[in-house]
Amino acid sequence: MSQHQPTAAKGGALRAPLFFLIMAGLIVLEGMTSGWNGALGILNMGLISAILALGVNMQWGYAGLFNTGVVGFIALGGLAPVLISMPPTPGAFSAGGWQILIALLIAVASLVLTIWLNGRLKGKARALGVIAVLVAGFFLYRAVFDPAVEAVQAINPSALGYLGGLGLPTLFAWPVGALLAAGAAWVIGKTALGLRSDYLAIATLGIGEIIVSVLRNEEWLARGVLNVNGIPRPWPVPYEIALQESPAFVERMAALGVDPVTGSTVLVKLLYTGLFVIVLALLLIAAQLALNSPWGRMMRAIRDNEISAAAMGKNVTRRHLQIFVIGSAVIGLAGAMMISLDGQMTPSSYNPLRYTFLIWVMVIVGGSGNNWGSVLGGVLIWYLWIKAEVWGPNLMGMITDQLSDGAVKRHLVDSAAHMRLIVMGLVLILVLRFSPRGLLPER
Amino acid sequence: MDFLNAIVAILNYVFVPATAYGAQLALGALGVTLIYGILRFSNFAHGDTMAFGTAMTILVTWGLQKLGLHFGPLPTALIALPFGIAITAAFVLATDRAVYAYYRKVRAAPVILVMVSVGVMFVMNGVTRFVIGVDEIQFTDGARFVISAKGFREATGLAEPLAIRTTQVLTVVLAGLVVWALFWFLNKTRTGKSMRAFSDNEDLALLSGINPNHVVAVTWIIAAALATTAGVLYGLDKSFKAFNYFQLLLPIFASAIVGGLGNPLGAIAGGFIIAYSEVAVTYAWKKVATYAIPGFEAEGLMQLLSTEYKFAVSFAILIIVLLFKPTGLFKGKAV
Repeated sequence: MSQHQPTAAKGGALRAPLFFLIMAGLIVLEGMTSGWNGALGILNMGLISAILALGVNMQWGYAGLFNTGVVGFIALGGLAPVLISMPPTPGAFSAGGWQILIALLIAVASLVLTIWLNGRLKGKARALGVIAVLVAGFFLYRAVFDPAVEAVQAINPSALGYLGGLGLPTLFAWPVGALLAAGAAWVIGKTALGLRSDYLAIATLGIGEIIVSVLRNEEWLARGVLNVNGIPRPWPVPYEIALQESPAFVERMAALGVDPVTGSTVLVKLLYTGLFVIVLALLLIAAQLALNSPWGRMMRAIRDNEISAAAMGKNVTRRHLQIFVIGSAVIGLAGAMMISLDGQMTPSSYNPLRYTFLIWVMVIVGGSGNNWGSVLGGVLIWYLWIKAEVWGPNLMGMITDQLSDGAVKRHLVDSAAHMRLIVMGLVLILVLRFSPRGLLPER
Repeated sequence: MDFLNAIVAILNYVFVPATAYGAQLALGALGVTLIYGILRFSNFAHGDTMAFGTAMTILVTWGLQKLGLHFGPLPTALIALPFGIAITAAFVLATDRAVYAYYRKVRAAPVILVMVSVGVMFVMNGVTRFVIGVDEIQFTDGARFVISAKGFREATGLAEPLAIRTTQVLTVVLAGLVVWALFWFLNKTRTGKSMRAFSDNEDLALLSGINPNHVVAVTWIIAAALATTAGVLYGLDKSFKAFNYFQLLLPIFASAIVGGLGNPLGAIAGGFIIAYSEVAVTYAWKKVATYAIPGFEAEGLMQLLSTEYKFAVSFAILIIVLLFKPTGLFKGKAV
């Protein structure tokens, strides 16, 4: 993407396997030194981060689109397990659920009508018509929506107070998460693409914040800041308690000489790892095939020179919209997977610094445009992010060891946690400046 | 009487706070728009530049207060402001040298610069948190009110109070002065004229012997001054919290784009448009309606959107402008 003339990366064909070997070594080392439970925990989130990075790489690496609202698409994807796999709240639909759906339909209908009128009418009539429909639609929507929401939230507010889900298996929720994110991406892309490249960045920054604030405030949807707990696990992952109570499992662990409690947590994490690896592998194969197809070549041609691609008859805006929607769907999928890993939906944890910009660091460091690079960057940066939480205070403790106790020392030690942000920012700046093609350069 | 009460309620809950907020947004948007006009990228680090500048000003304020220095009825932070600006300007200039200068030299695409500014944002955010922490900080002192609610009620005999805080008056006055100085600078001085020339047509400006490094440096200094002033005024008016400043980025960008990116006049108009709509849409109009329409009994609060969604307002305005007039209300730079 920069003006550098690409030179062959050191190590040639062995470069990527070597980096992945080092990464595997780091995880194994973590497992040997501080337990397999923690190591697999890092690996699982690392794999999800890899999928997130893959999605962002499609937008940035393939097409040069700067999405600053990744957190919103992750959160929207995370909504799917709540809506799909939680059991429905008894009586919520008769109390107001249908009415809420009707209200949402009214909102959509008035928007569609507005767009239709906007295309049909001219001049003053257009402005008046559009405003009239929007205002009338808004008040009608609120009139239907507000009492219904109150009714739903009144149902056992300490434990439920929301619509609940459909009670379907969690695995269904993953593609639904992708669809939700893709829908939002289509709306945003339709407005902001085709304008200056910065506008997409600003519009996605906005939609990201709004999606998160909707999740935080709409209690009827996913209980807002009250959080939804106990989201069912995807097939085939069992619960630790169930394993520990099963005599067959305890016997087998005893035969292996492993404590059944540790054994059950590790087994659960391993099953998650297996699931995530399958999803990641499928995505990676698809992404590689796409990237090396004529379609992939066209995308890169557009990215490298929009004007000449347009002159060759490529519809740049349409292709951008396409890749933006696909990339966001992948991000939404990972968001749904993350929620079914955590087992709970906590909207207040969606922090843009952690969920948008950290993913960006993963893509840039891994090597933008290279799918394998994104996977490597995802796992590696996540590992470093988690370890920095430990290393930062330790390092600060070493630095301040010689200082006398006092306000300065206390302040330095307390602030060590913020060092992560500075380090991530510096990594991003340094990689962009000195190694813009990342650890695993494109092609 | 009821009619007067309604007007006072509107003034007190909508007009006064929104005017102060609009002035703060306008200053922020001016910084964004200047950087965009001269350096040609959207600076995502602007919110955190505001936070950094405010944090520096707060530190100096604390120092001054320890020395026993006060500014009479005005907040001490006002004396500290020039120091905060100086530190922020130095920091921003150093960032430009270390980071942005390279990308100007290789004429990188704007989107790369945007991404680099995200990296800078990270670092500034971390530095701010490192220096001052993540807690909410109140640093205003001096007289609290110009017109207090009680005093107004006693003087007029109206049921509705009107309170105008010192910080609100200060915001509007200071913002007015800053804007006046900025426009004087851009229109009357040699450097200001060369900045406008550079913004209009870079190549032509270079041909006529304008020193680009000088123009860029002055732009950063002005942007740092605007950001720090906006941040300090916002912090005095509400409170300082690093994360809130990051969140201000969206309304500030929306203001700059609504007015037309690169157009200073537009940035000011955009700031007020965003602020008034945000406050008007999230205000509960029940009280005003009860006063204004005799015999009217409102059901509910008559609030169009809850305050948590105030960012949705600036976003909606942004989307509408992008859809219908992507160059902004006042003609901005190329789309």
